[in-house]
Amino acid sequence: MKNQNNKTILDVQNLHANTQSTEILKGINLTVKSGEIHAIMGLNGSGKSTFAKVLAGHPDYTVTQGNIQFEQQDLLALSPEERAQAGIFLAFQYPIEIPGVANSQFLRLAYNTIQSKRGNDELDPLEFDDFVREKMKLLEMNPDFLDRSVNEGFSGGEKKRNEILQMALLEPTLGILDETDSGLDIDALKIVAKGVNHLSNAQNAMILITHYQRLLDHIVPDYVHVMEAGRIVKTGGKELALELEKHGYDWLHDDRHNNVGVSA
Amino acid sequence: MSEPANVDYLSCLFKSLDAKADGKINADTSPENPQSWLKQLRAQAIENAGQLKWPTIKDEEWRFTDISSLAKLPFKPAQPGQVPALSDIQPYLIKEAVNRLVFVDGFFAPELSSITSENQMCIGNLSALATQHANTIMSHLGQYVKHQNNLFAALNTAFLHDGAVIVVPQNNVVDLPVHLLFIATQVETTHYPRCLIVGEANSKITVIEDYVALQNNAEDAYITNSVAEFKLAANAQIQHVRMQRENQNAFHLANCAVSLDHASRYQAVSVSLGAKISRYNLDVRLEAETAESIINGLALITDQQLADTHTCIDHLKPNCTSHQKHKCIADDNAHAVFNGKIIVRPNTQKTNSSQSSRNLLLSDKARIDTKPQLEIFADDVKCAHGATVGQLDKEEIFYLKSRGLSELTARNLLTYAFGAEILDSVPVASLKHTLEQIVLNQTQSC
Repeated sequence: MKNQNNKTILDVQNLHANTQSTEILKGINLTVKSGEIHAIMGLNGSGKSTFAKVLAGHPDYTVTQGNIQFEQQDLLALSPEERAQAGIFLAFQYPIEIPGVANSQFLRLAYNTIQSKRGNDELDPLEFDDFVREKMKLLEMNPDFLDRSVNEGFSGGEKKRNEILQMALLEPTLGILDETDSGLDIDALKIVAKGVNHLSNAQNAMILITHYQRLLDHIVPDYVHVMEAGRIVKTGGKELALELEKHGYDWLHDDRHNNVGVSA
Repeated sequence: MSEPANVDYLSCLFKSLDAKADGKINADTSPENPQSWLKQLRAQAIENAGQLKWPTIKDEEWRFTDISSLAKLPFKPAQPGQVPALSDIQPYLIKEAVNRLVFVDGFFAPELSSITSENQMCIGNLSALATQHANTIMSHLGQYVKHQNNLFAALNTAFLHDGAVIVVPQNNVVDLPVHLLFIATQVETTHYPRCLIVGEANSKITVIEDYVALQNNAEDAYITNSVAEFKLAANAQIQHVRMQRENQNAFHLANCAVSLDHASRYQAVSVSLGAKISRYNLDVRLEAETAESIINGLALITDQQLADTHTCIDHLKPNCTSHQKHKCIADDNAHAVFNGKIIVRPNTQKTNSSQSSRNLLLSDKARIDTKPQLEIFADDVKCAHGATVGQLDKEEIFYLKSRGLSELTARNLLTYAFGAEILDSVPVASLKHTLEQIVLNQTQSC
């Protein structure tokens, strides 16, 4: 398979996680190497978004079994902010609105915090302004969004673009996009996809969580995984998404014995 | 006067009023004297004050705000004292506000004041303007804040000796904001600041009403009992910024009333940061069609502070609009109170009114009481209201942490943001910046 010589960024083994004593994740295995794009598909309630949140360290979920190595570190030992500093980025399915905080202020605070933790120089407001405007061009965002409160009054598409803008600024090693395509019209989807493709390179990796194949027309994955009831039940190449689109998720039950539990 | 607590405070006050009866303000009683109507107003207020009971927590309007401790303090009215140097008040000056009236313990301080736009408006202190503008002042002063049933307004009026007066003539637009700075320097006294702002037809002005403390010994208490009245004639627009940053041992009791004529607009932001106990009553009367009021308020308190805001927005005519947003942030043992009454009178069809009361508790011991009170007597109206009391949202905290911010930074930022939303409506850039810094400093220490 592709990139076999590349280094492993994420290694998830037998991951089980609960929320309020209900088990949601029931043994996930997944290996992601640098330069790869993975898509995770599945029906509502299959555990896709939970998996994304567990990777980012959401406090509502407790890991009960298994482990996660992120670039040779024990990810589960890190707080959410340490994970972000180490290079994990989660683009939220529902980005939070923060009235009262200017987007520019928030973006600079996040950028500088992460830069200083990584031992890089911070930018003053003027330098940052130039820097962020460049990045906004990539996502065809109006600079007015800098002066507005974080995500407040943004349309669905604008919020998602603001998420990708943050990813562009923070330059994560692993970007996790949780249903970034939901609520996007086709034009916004193309812009977001263009941004993600631009940011994807041989040193980093992406996990795209999506319901639909249409995002994968624009961001071509190396692997497609299908989740069901808290597990990855099938893994394949990009053509798997097309099969799912064509036949629906029920189709899996017909031949799942072929590929159960195979990780990339 | 059945409450024993009344006796100390009120008897002390009335003794000083008797003493004042021999003083200069009452010396000339001839009817031609422009001061004589003032004297009459005061006499009436003295009579009212004498009949009013000291409010206790048994009174619905005061049930959360216990001021019995205040009644025990034998505070005399402040006397003119030493005026601070301009350099002492420098930190409080607002660069856009080239017009400034400064009062020290309620007494006008011309040496600290600055008036450059006399040609755009009538501005000055009451005792200086009372003669020349007697008719205008007489027709407004004491007309909006009613002292018949309000002890503190009655006392303020009883002790009325001076105050800030602004009258913006018809069709005049005053571009630069006017700063009314009330400085408390003396402790163990009561100060009686007073404001009268009149916007005549089609006029426009921004007024900053600002209460600060400048004592050598901030350990000691004092009382500010203030009254402000705003009259907006047809199409007039007034922006009113109110800042209360008294010292941590002060008592701040304030009454403000606003009367709006046809198509006028009153926009207000009030920020309460100081005082041990503060009470702000705001009464807004929409008295003619298409009048509009937009009122934002923020109380940010900690330690043992109590901040109480009572507002009443009264829709008396159809087609009026009122929007109100009030926020409280209480830390430590602080206690914030909000009572927001909105009256929609019969036949005030097409009223459009909204009210939101949002409150943030930062400690287990802090307390917030909020009471939206809608009295709607018309049917074709739009009235929205909502009240929430809560802690910081954990999804918001997680969002910020997932961007690399520490738990503490995330909490501070969200607390700041909660308050900053109100400050966003402050129409004076440097003041907005100053307030943002104050709120930032205060939320960082939380």
